[in-house]
Amino acid sequence: MSGNIWIVAEQWRGKLSEITFESLALGREVADGLGVKLQAVLLGHDVQNLSTSLGMADSVIYVDHTELADPGASAQASALAQLVRQQKPRTVIVPLTNVSLGTGTLLGEQVGAPVVNFCKDLRAADGHIVADCVLYGGKIEATVTPRGDLTVIGLWPGSRPPDKGRSDRNPPVETQTVTFADQPSVKLRSYIEPDASDVDITQQDVLVAVGRGIQSQENVALAEELAASLGGAVCGSRPVIDQGWLPLSRQVGKSGLNVKPKLYLALGISGAPEHLEGMKDAPLIVAVNSDPDAPIFNVAHYGVVADAMDMIPTLKETVLALRG
Amino acid sequence: MNILVLLRMVPDVVEELEIAPDGRTLDTEYLRMIVNESDDHALEQALILKERKGGKVTVLALDAPDVDDVLFSAVAKGADRVMKIEGGDGGVTTRAAAGMFAEIIRNEKDLQPFDIVLTGVQAIDDLDALVAPILSHRLGLPYLAIVTKVTPDATGKSVTAIREFAGGVRGEFDVPLPAVLGIQAAEKPPRYVPVAKVRAAMKTSKIESIGVPTMADGGQPLLDVSHMRKPVVSGHAQMLDGEPEDVSKKLAGIFTERGLL
Repeated sequence: MSGNIWIVAEQWRGKLSEITFESLALGREVADGLGVKLQAVLLGHDVQNLSTSLGMADSVIYVDHTELADPGASAQASALAQLVRQQKPRTVIVPLTNVSLGTGTLLGEQVGAPVVNFCKDLRAADGHIVADCVLYGGKIEATVTPRGDLTVIGLWPGSRPPDKGRSDRNPPVETQTVTFADQPSVKLRSYIEPDASDVDITQQDVLVAVGRGIQSQENVALAEELAASLGGAVCGSRPVIDQGWLPLSRQVGKSGLNVKPKLYLALGISGAPEHLEGMKDAPLIVAVNSDPDAPIFNVAHYGVVADAMDMIPTLKETVLALRG
Repeated sequence: MNILVLLRMVPDVVEELEIAPDGRTLDTEYLRMIVNESDDHALEQALILKERKGGKVTVLALDAPDVDDVLFSAVAKGADRVMKIEGGDGGVTTRAAAGMFAEIIRNEKDLQPFDIVLTGVQAIDDLDALVAPILSHRLGLPYLAIVTKVTPDATGKSVTAIREFAGGVRGEFDVPLPAVLGIQAAEKPPRYVPVAKVRAAMKTSKIESIGVPTMADGGQPLLDVSHMRKPVVSGHAQMLDGEPEDVSKKLAGIFTERGLL
């Protein structure tokens, strides 16, 4: 048993994801804590050049296969399972992003190992690993100890600053081969790029963000008036997009965009981790929510416990009066 | 199309969540359970497929408080058959739940042949697994996650599915059937069903009961939760109190200070 810590270096469309560096930073701490090596596993097709950015790891395991060219949980998990059986790491950290979702669970199934999902922090304690996980939309945290010699960790974005996982060092690369069973599988036909004709919410100074608490499509129009009074645009969290009240181009968070406006005014947004991921770095976050325990208040600078609909008209009038 | 939909109930996080005296689980006494949101979208996507291609929608749910209401509501929306897995001790992990679904789908002969299994991509309590990948592995079927649209192809042997990636980019996939899809959102929001129709469904339809299946690994958890807590936060918003007029003035003051007005 090598007993090493592995991180899966997530690459998509030829680029390493930020979570790869977050995983490297976290993995480095855990590996050092246990006195074992940190290895980065890079899966893809014609992407070996990316290994030069993975110097925070002691070494890189690279697998090149056409089946791994596009993201796909089944192929990724199958490749990882083959490597795990050969090399016997103790922990495999898999990103819990939209690109890699499902890979961790499938890997755990294939190698019979426990999977720890929604992990936001990981540490070594008495030779074992202990994970802190975010549950119930960010309202509860759980400390979890996996059983057995091997654990798969589904790592949530934001565990460590990505810059702590970067290094100029050029790590040694070990190339491995895997095989794939000939069985029916899903095939990517084409990518659908986001609608470029809409407002680019990543370029706005002021964003008025609406969530489930906005209650209806008519109320989104009121939020748009408020945004206009502040010289900004409206964006939304997942439920609002799923309801069809705003287009996908306005979605903030996982699946959507990461934004960093000068002001992020969150109305009726509870602050599920998937949303916080996309806006937590804005320098001024103001949240209005009727639930005083809403997780959004943990990242907001100013908070108001109120129904968003009670605040929108008054705030708009106040802003317009000031602007003359 | 013969469509299977898997539903689970989860705590409504709009309510306050309390931790049980054991410090390792949620206190269920005042917990309000609702259907997992993406499972509800999976049901809607199934109903849309049935409307388009004909066929049958069978809903399979784990027993939980208020699950009967959800199942009767599924019938009122257009589901043909609703089934409930009963007799477990509750509080099963996601991995165990997925294992039960897989055993039942494999063993209940009248669920076969099916074309597609739809379930929510993820739930807020998926600590030890996601349901769809476990099913795909145990049933040996193709799997796609984060699906937001499913369109049957002319051959009836495959579907075209749209899957989300990041940054607003999506992908169009060819999915050979049968397959397991983790639905993020149906192509339309879940339909509303009037209470009267749900009541009518309660009178005219029946929830079939299935016992908890025996699982090879016993469905034992592979993780130990040593404790649960409310998040300890490093920072918290400065709260502004008062009537909307007062709060609006305070906010406008903050915006002005920051040069935003």
